Amino acid sequence: MVEFTLPKNSVLKKGKTFKAPAQAKNVRSFEVYRWDPDSGENPRIDVYEIDMDDCGPMVLDAILKIKNEIDSTLTFRRSCREGVCGSCAMNINGRNTLACTKAISDYKGKIKIFPLPHLEVVKDLVPDMTHFYAQYASIKPWLEAQTPAPADSERLQSREDRAKLDGLYECVLCACCSTSCPSYWWNSDRYLGPAILLQAYRWLVDSRDESAGERLDDLEDPFKLYRCHTIMNCTDTCPKGLNPAKAIAETKKLLLQREQG
Amino acid sequence: MQYRSPLARTRGLGSAKTGTAHWWLQRVTAAALIPLTLWLLLLMELSFHAPYQQTVQWLASPWNSVCIIAWIIAAFYHAAIGLQVVIKDYVSSEGLKIVSVWMVKLLFLFLGLAAVTAIFRIILVG
Repeated sequence: MVEFTLPKNSVLKKGKTFKAPAQAKNVRSFEVYRWDPDSGENPRIDVYEIDMDDCGPMVLDAILKIKNEIDSTLTFRRSCREGVCGSCAMNINGRNTLACTKAISDYKGKIKIFPLPHLEVVKDLVPDMTHFYAQYASIKPWLEAQTPAPADSERLQSREDRAKLDGLYECVLCACCSTSCPSYWWNSDRYLGPAILLQAYRWLVDSRDESAGERLDDLEDPFKLYRCHTIMNCTDTCPKGLNPAKAIAETKKLLLQREQG
Repeated sequence: MQYRSPLARTRGLGSAKTGTAHWWLQRVTAAALIPLTLWLLLLMELSFHAPYQQTVQWLASPWNSVCIIAWIIAAFYHAAIGLQVVIKDYVSSEGLKIVSVWMVKLLFLFLGLAAVTAIFRIILVG
């Protein structure tokens, strides 16, 4: 059922404040969600004041500075620091994005950093992605073809057909879109969510794939696909500038074409 | 402790292989209601401001009665699908969901039948 209030053990408490060094002139404060599964305590907001004259430009730079120099207990995921791996997806000032490609100067005042919404938290800024990855596996994200590949070459694709994958192949599965979607909040047990549906469409339009029919069979479901009501939070939040809402709409059009065309 | 694999839980009972027809009909009825609502507005105007006999006469003309009945079917069908969407979005208990979706379907079927019957009674009996 839809939950509009936080359960008792998830209610936020005030945490510690880490002051900036006295000589710092350009200070900004970062309010970071902290939760330790071993402590048995409620999550809290710790405040870190950072001297921006001694910090890199991106939100991830500030988080790394906290981890390295202020409070080593802060837990988060990061890897490539250039928007390719999707690890550092988090909710910054109310919007899901990648901490590594988001400039601190894009925000005014305090910067509030939370884990991705409506996923179970493992610790601090690390959400549990198990179900999300299982949903990805469920759409069979690989090329399925009955025809064997040519013995002496690749499976060829025209330039026009290759262009159909643009705007789809760039998705790094960071889950910013899915966790910004109210339909995914309420029904993620069955609804696949924008990220996975965009990936499903990526294989539907691949000219080399021979299983479009089976893929559409698997998607045609009131929950898996049709919980999408074109809310557009996905497209609004995508840190890679992709349009999952359009991919979902195109999938619905394919189903309609199959049924009514 | 969860012993089922995450993939098994995700796949669940598989795809229902329905949904496209409802999704499409919701849009078709929405589009149909745009011109049809004109007839409803005409009927309401007559109901409020014209004498009873004149309203019945207007309603009894085939073109008008067909359009009003078409409005009733489109509007009630659209409303039933719309409410079903809301219930499926927000109610996750399977039993309550199935019961409430069917309550909505039967309620709107009943209301639609009542409205169509009323039209026939008015134009036939007066």
